[in-house]
Amino acid sequence: MATQTASRAGAGHYLAAIERAQRDRAHEPAWLRDVRRRAADAFGRMGIPTTRDEEWRVTNVAPMADTPFVAAPLATVSSEEVARFLVPGLAGPLLVFIDGRYAARLSAPGVLAAGLTIITIGDAIERAPASLEPWLARHSDSAVHPFAALNTALFEDGALVVVADNTVADLPVQLVFLSTVTPSPAISAPRVLVVLGCDSQARLVETFGSLGPARGFTNAVTEIVAGDGSVLEHCRIQRESESAFHIGHTAIHLGRSSRSSSHAFAFGGRIARHDAVAVLGDEGADCTLNGVYLAGGNQLIDNHTDIDHARPHGSSHELYKGILGGRARGVFNGRIRVRPDAQKTDAKQTNKALLLSAEAQVNTKPQLEIFANDVRCTHGATVGQLSQDALFYLRTRGIGLDDARSLLVRAFAADVTDRIPLEPVRAELERLLASRLPFLLGEEVPR
Amino acid sequence: MNGANHTMLEIKNLRARVGGKDILKGIDLAVGTGEVHAVMGPNGSGKSTLAGVLAGRSEYEVTAGSVTYNGRDLLGLDPEARAREGLFLAFQYPVEIPGVNNAYFLKAALNAVRKHRGDPEIDAMGFMALIRDKMALLDMDQALMSRPVNDGFSGGEKKRNEIFQMAVLEPKLAILDETDSGLDIDALKIVANGVNALRSPNRSAIVVTHYQRLLDYIVPDFVHVLSDGRIVRSGGKDLALELEARGYGWLEAEAQPA
Ligand SMILES: Nc1ncnc2c1ncn2[C@@H]1O[C@H](COP(=O)(O)OP(=O)(O)OP(=O)(O)O)[C@@H](O)[C@H]1O
Ligand SMILES: [Mg+2]
Repeated sequence: MATQTASRAGAGHYLAAIERAQRDRAHEPAWLRDVRRRAADAFGRMGIPTTRDEEWRVTNVAPMADTPFVAAPLATVSSEEVARFLVPGLAGPLLVFIDGRYAARLSAPGVLAAGLTIITIGDAIERAPASLEPWLARHSDSAVHPFAALNTALFEDGALVVVADNTVADLPVQLVFLSTVTPSPAISAPRVLVVLGCDSQARLVETFGSLGPARGFTNAVTEIVAGDGSVLEHCRIQRESESAFHIGHTAIHLGRSSRSSSHAFAFGGRIARHDAVAVLGDEGADCTLNGVYLAGGNQLIDNHTDIDHARPHGSSHELYKGILGGRARGVFNGRIRVRPDAQKTDAKQTNKALLLSAEAQVNTKPQLEIFANDVRCTHGATVGQLSQDALFYLRTRGIGLDDARSLLVRAFAADVTDRIPLEPVRAELERLLASRLPFLLGEEVPR
Repeated sequence: MNGANHTMLEIKNLRARVGGKDILKGIDLAVGTGEVHAVMGPNGSGKSTLAGVLAGRSEYEVTAGSVTYNGRDLLGLDPEARAREGLFLAFQYPVEIPGVNNAYFLKAALNAVRKHRGDPEIDAMGFMALIRDKMALLDMDQALMSRPVNDGFSGGEKKRNEIFQMAVLEPKLAILDETDSGLDIDALKIVANGVNALRSPNRSAIVVTHYQRLLDYIVPDFVHVLSDGRIVRSGGKDLALELEARGYGWLEAEAQPA
């Protein structure tokens, strides 16, 4: 069948890459090689999805199937180039990765607080594989997420963050993944694993960026295991180039009475997709998944969220806002599952999209699968345009049309940005948002 | 009265339509510098349409006539250009703008106007001092400044916010569209005070109202009656008293074309 052939043909490049990668895995422990083999098999079975896959119905990744991505050659990057991807005023450990490889020279892990361990995944595999074994690939489901499976088969490096029981790691951990412009499009597969011990607290900021008009493919997976009573604040900023491909997967597993709040921002990518998957694995967990996505030109930005209420008394809060200009397309799919056992669940999902041009489009779909009876689940979706009345009102006060539009668009996103607890991150996101607006509103591209 | 002064606003044979329907059917009105004109008239007669056309609302299509403001063609200007030139519309129904902070908005507006006048941007301190003064003038709750523009404001708070903005922006020509509706008597006095504080030989105002009582506080130089898109009667402030007593029916009857 046509799709099968297309999928196989696409997967072919990737299977070859997996094959090559396996050659230097002799030093890896048997359990890891086993995990990778199973992921590779799962990926081989699924292949690169096509629009016939329900989960990829409107997100056509055919260009990614057709491109034979290579490994990026080693690049030399200066700290000046990296600087504009750092959140200004954000103190705390910093790890920088260039094309998926750890760049010690550009990083500043600093002196870590007691109870906080940060090492690269590469180091962890070599020196402390036991610290990975209980967690790695346990909560990102390779069986149904082809790109997560691909990452598991391919990843070389990334970060392992472990917060010991009862430890409050106040300073945010900043992880920055940058792609360079390469002669042929390159693939990188960074992997992050964050393990929060019981009653611990941590903050994590992940940034994905491009140094110039990179055309490569970032296939990222972040797994977060929030132990009982732990508290996590997570922010993900995807600001790759408009010619890049980005597929991200964030898997969060919440323990008893743990609290996780995750904000995902997507600005970049020719095709960008992020899956935020949360499992409320024990009683009384509280999960927030918020996001803002901005797309202009020919960008396609897809956000899938999947919240699995597996145990009683859990609550989840979801607020996604999309801002689309030019001929861009946005996708939001929000799945909420409430298992038979998960009584007293309280789940709320809201997603709103703002279309700034006649050609911009958005597809949104809530997907509620509720198997318990004593629960409260609400969802709401709206698609709208800038209010002409509000624009006129602002203009009658002397505010120019462009400023008025920008003000209203930023106000639309403020619902989400205002909820970011870390002030420097909030300020940086507001700045990034404002700097993208001329592009979305049809003016020149910001650099 | 300053009737001898030069004309700030001159409206000639203004016709406008909205949604394919003719609303303004030939308005002639001249507002001299320093004058206050009241515009009265029944519901649906076109008062807000006139105010909207003057402020530059794009849904209104001007089909004939001209409007000259301080010697310039007003209709050729964007709404923001009109505002920067000193025209201010206090809305009959102020717009709620969730997510836009009232103070931030007003500072942006003030600086846009100042920039146009060639004045330097006002700094945070200067702005705070200015709005403290104006809030005192209008007896406004400080808390409203840190809220989104008009969002969840009561009807009276919205109207007061309009006049507060006017007090900050200090326009040359203020058009108040039923600013008195929905105000209790104390609020009405306060709002009228705010308007009167701006009265000066070089500022003018058009006050749209249904009620004589506002005109007890903001005493107009002229009163006009708008009916079915035309000004059917103009007079001094006593006309408002007559309207209060007799209603509009007699004027509409008189105005019927033969
Ligand atoms: N967008 C529109 N489409 C169609 N008709 C409109 C529109 N806006 C206003 N109108 C009509 O134009 C006429 C004049 O309306 P306008 O608001 O100017 O009246 P008004 O004199 O201000 O009335 P009021 O005293 O009730 O405020 C009314 O018949 C109104 O229904
Ligand atoms: Mg009206």
